[in-house]
Amino acid sequence: MSQPSMSVALRGVVRRDLLLAMRHRSDVAMSVFFVVIVASLFPLGVGPEAVVLRMIGPGVLWVTALLACLLSLGRLFTADYLDGVLEQTALIPQSLAVLVVGKVFAHWVVSGLPVVLLSPLLGLQFGLGGDSLGVLTLSLLLGTPTLSMIGAIGAALTLGLRGSGFLVALLVLPLFVPVLIFGAGAVTSSLAGIGSEANLSLLGACFMLSLAFAPWATAVALRIALE
Amino acid sequence: MLQTVSLSGSRGQRQLFSDVSVTVMPGSLLAVAGENGSGKTSFLRMLCGLLSLDEGAILWQGKDIRQLKELYCAQLTYIGHLNGIKDDLTPVENLTLSACLAGDDSSGAVVKKALEAVGLGRPVHVLPTRVLSQGQKRRVALARLWLSTRPLWFLDEPFASLDAAATDYLTQRLQSHLTKGGMVVVSTHQEIALPADSVQHLRLTR
Repeated sequence: MSQPSMSVALRGVVRRDLLLAMRHRSDVAMSVFFVVIVASLFPLGVGPEAVVLRMIGPGVLWVTALLACLLSLGRLFTADYLDGVLEQTALIPQSLAVLVVGKVFAHWVVSGLPVVLLSPLLGLQFGLGGDSLGVLTLSLLLGTPTLSMIGAIGAALTLGLRGSGFLVALLVLPLFVPVLIFGAGAVTSSLAGIGSEANLSLLGACFMLSLAFAPWATAVALRIALE
Repeated sequence: MLQTVSLSGSRGQRQLFSDVSVTVMPGSLLAVAGENGSGKTSFLRMLCGLLSLDEGAILWQGKDIRQLKELYCAQLTYIGHLNGIKDDLTPVENLTLSACLAGDDSSGAVVKKALEAVGLGRPVHVLPTRVLSQGQKRRVALARLWLSTRPLWFLDEPFASLDAAATDYLTQRLQSHLTKGGMVVVSTHQEIALPADSVQHLRLTR
């Protein structure tokens, strides 16, 4: 009769997913390159007008981060579902919602964190500077975990369905809207010099809210998918 | 003691089995037989609590498993039709992680001993599981039984793709688990070489 403590189980889940990510470095590189390439296409397409670039910059970078998150959602549960690791995870004598937090955290470290770290460099391409670069990074740091949390619900709901990629997009993109508005809004308002505290606080609130509800909803959806 | 009370199961519209009442006492093994598609896997998944019940109840020490939830999960080891191992990790990494997640001893020496007990030698320990054969993968999955300290085991077709030697190892492991008062539910098509008084048979029919 053995039962892992909550922290042991949580660390085990995170360790396994990070170890797997290390074996699949190309997956990690893919989402980084996606962001770099898409963000670089805009200045090429729109032209080098500094005013225009600074105006569209925050929105473009945020949409790019959002799409990168969406593309990586397919990896969150599918492999575990197919090789039976997911059903073993569901049988771990700890709350599945807590283990979901571990999985989402590992997923964010692999797909969200690189984008956050890279964002100051990408911001420079759009003529953002000083304060607004800091706000961009901070907003992504608060916003991308929220995207992963919300995305996990969609990934769990569409697990094992045909054409789940499109369905996930249809399900979660509308839910991403508030995060996008507050995130891009924070950078825009810092550019305009009116302070970004309000938007950042709202992003923080979104994160807390998703942390409270998304793991629970994801766990319920996973149990249904396993039936 | 594990007990099912007039359990019935269905997949979609199709009725698989109905009114199954069995009791598994400590030290006994329940061998579940039935044609392909008769619901053996569904029956085992129900016993684990992975599938919800249509009718009836499953009792562990007299209490409904739907109320026990995590307490019940801490009593069981399930090895399903899917191996539940990661192809990109080595057998040692796979077992260490699954023992750690089960709250069992996951030290290197114990894990290596378990792998050797199922006949997987040192050269195999450091290869990614992806390159192993079906039978070797199955052995890695079954090695979890040598690490498990839980009383209740559910094994779905454990003998599939095993050779004669591995079948022997597994039978001996089951025997020692039963003598220690453990309980096993196995779905299988073949006879298990265990003393007849410790084996119960259940045939699933519609």
